[in-house]
Amino acid sequence: MRIDRKQVEHIAKLSRLSITEEEKDIFGTQLSNILDYIEKLNELDTRDVTPTSHVIELTNVLRDDTPRTSLPLEDALGNAPDRTEKFYRVPKIIE
Amino acid sequence: MKKYEAIIGLEVHAQMLTDTKIFCGCSTKFGSEPNTQTCPVCTGMPGVLPVLNRKALEFAIRTGLAMNCKIAPYSRFARKNYFYPDLPKGYQISQYELPICEHGYIEIVVDGEKKRIGITRIHMEEDAGKNIHEGDHSLVDLNRTGVPLMEIVSEPDIRSPKEAVEYMKKLRTILRYIGVCDGNMEQGSLRCDANVSVRPVGQEEFGTKVEVKNINSFKFVERALDYEIKRQIKVLEEGGTLVQETRLWDSGAGVTLSMRTKEEAHDYRYFPEPDLVPVTVDEKWTEDIRATLPELPDAKRERFISEYGLPEYDADLLTSERALADWYEEAVKSGGQPKAVSNWMMGELMRLLNEANASIEDCPVKPAQLAGMLKLIDKGTISGKIAKTVFEEMYKTGKDAETIVNEKGLVQITDENAILKTVDEVLASNPKEVERYKNGEEKLIGFFVGQVMKLTKGKANPKAVNELLRKRLKEQ
Repeated sequence: MRIDRKQVEHIAKLSRLSITEEEKDIFGTQLSNILDYIEKLNELDTRDVTPTSHVIELTNVLRDDTPRTSLPLEDALGNAPDRTEKFYRVPKIIE
Repeated sequence: MKKYEAIIGLEVHAQMLTDTKIFCGCSTKFGSEPNTQTCPVCTGMPGVLPVLNRKALEFAIRTGLAMNCKIAPYSRFARKNYFYPDLPKGYQISQYELPICEHGYIEIVVDGEKKRIGITRIHMEEDAGKNIHEGDHSLVDLNRTGVPLMEIVSEPDIRSPKEAVEYMKKLRTILRYIGVCDGNMEQGSLRCDANVSVRPVGQEEFGTKVEVKNINSFKFVERALDYEIKRQIKVLEEGGTLVQETRLWDSGAGVTLSMRTKEEAHDYRYFPEPDLVPVTVDEKWTEDIRATLPELPDAKRERFISEYGLPEYDADLLTSERALADWYEEAVKSGGQPKAVSNWMMGELMRLLNEANASIEDCPVKPAQLAGMLKLIDKGTISGKIAKTVFEEMYKTGKDAETIVNEKGLVQITDENAILKTVDEVLASNPKEVERYKNGEEKLIGFFVGQVMKLTKGKANPKAVNELLRKRLKEQ
């Protein structure tokens, strides 16, 4: 399966990534190769197999509604590239 | 001009009343300091795993049952992928093709007509964080990230803004009755998006659908929809075509504005959430939860009408909040006459609560105390008029009616001789009015009654005053 430039641009946009013209070609080829590789699975006959979303035969893993300690503010914001005293700070996201 | 009808479907997000988030143990408390209720799970750190909150799941099932839905024996979560700073994982965990509840309905009453509004589905999902826009930056608070929500999606069965408001109100009432959501629209625990289209009356197919976001009060539900419907009709009447788009309700300006989002922004690339196992709900679990449901608003309303002989209006109002209905029944159980209790609650009690901006839960007067006061009226100890003063005092002090009546000497004067004395006093000091009365100005009786009541500080039995005045005036 071929991923064309348009699709690469679309995916990049959805991922909020800016990529160069050159990268568009590289990623296009790489993504196509990945899909070709996965395509191999289609060689299997799965007519009698129920589709599954999970390989583990487990359901209802649940926890009780009991509060646990949250991260201290300094730990929470510790890795943020930009912050104020109490908030993460990001480029303006509304026009 | 052609006649148009509106087709409306609502998507309501209701925040569940759990103590912790949907997939981690962080608190859901409202109004805490920013970014103090987060952890590696809800901030999407690598290597963490979400685990579903049992209570959130049970609340969703509970809601489905209260709204006549089928509970899915098998459901699962899905990832909704999009990049936005309030969503640290880069996807929202939601439900997509296998939601927990489907195919329900609730009933509303509009202009005396009962109408059924279908519930397409109810699914669980996590909330996103909060953005604050400041200068050329945006600030992000992730406390709300991961707070459990239910998205309740209606069928496009709603035909007017008025029906939409009634639907929202009924939804809120049910959610509050069953204790799964506090319904606080100001704090955002109940939020509403609407899908609106118009079509000429008689046309089968739907018109182009517009999504209106950010409708956060009952008032705005009606206004935003009104505006949007008129806007769409105007476009069509002027020969234009509508575009499928998302519009934002601007409550300040009273208009909906196009968000100009490109189509591709809605490419969410849903896929089953691999970090969470599927959810199965068997019949027993469903029935166990059903058994814990309280009497629901519609059933209670019907019962109030049949059991207490209340008019529909009273029953509607008294069952609009569970706490109000409970208060009412408690007062009736304590011996209050059903209609009298209703009148006092809808009148004086509501007025005092509204003035104090308080809810029935904070009412300083207890139900049995209202019943006690009504007994004093029945016995003739106090008049209905004095009762208002007594009730205000009860509200202010929390004391019993009897105590107040004794302390303030408000016992009604029913002793004829005592009243007669005042009647004679009034007639003697107003000879001109007596003359006019005798010359046919019978409406002056009101003046005399007023004077007697004034002198007795309202304590004289009005009926006795009236009778004695007429008797004396005739004798003169």
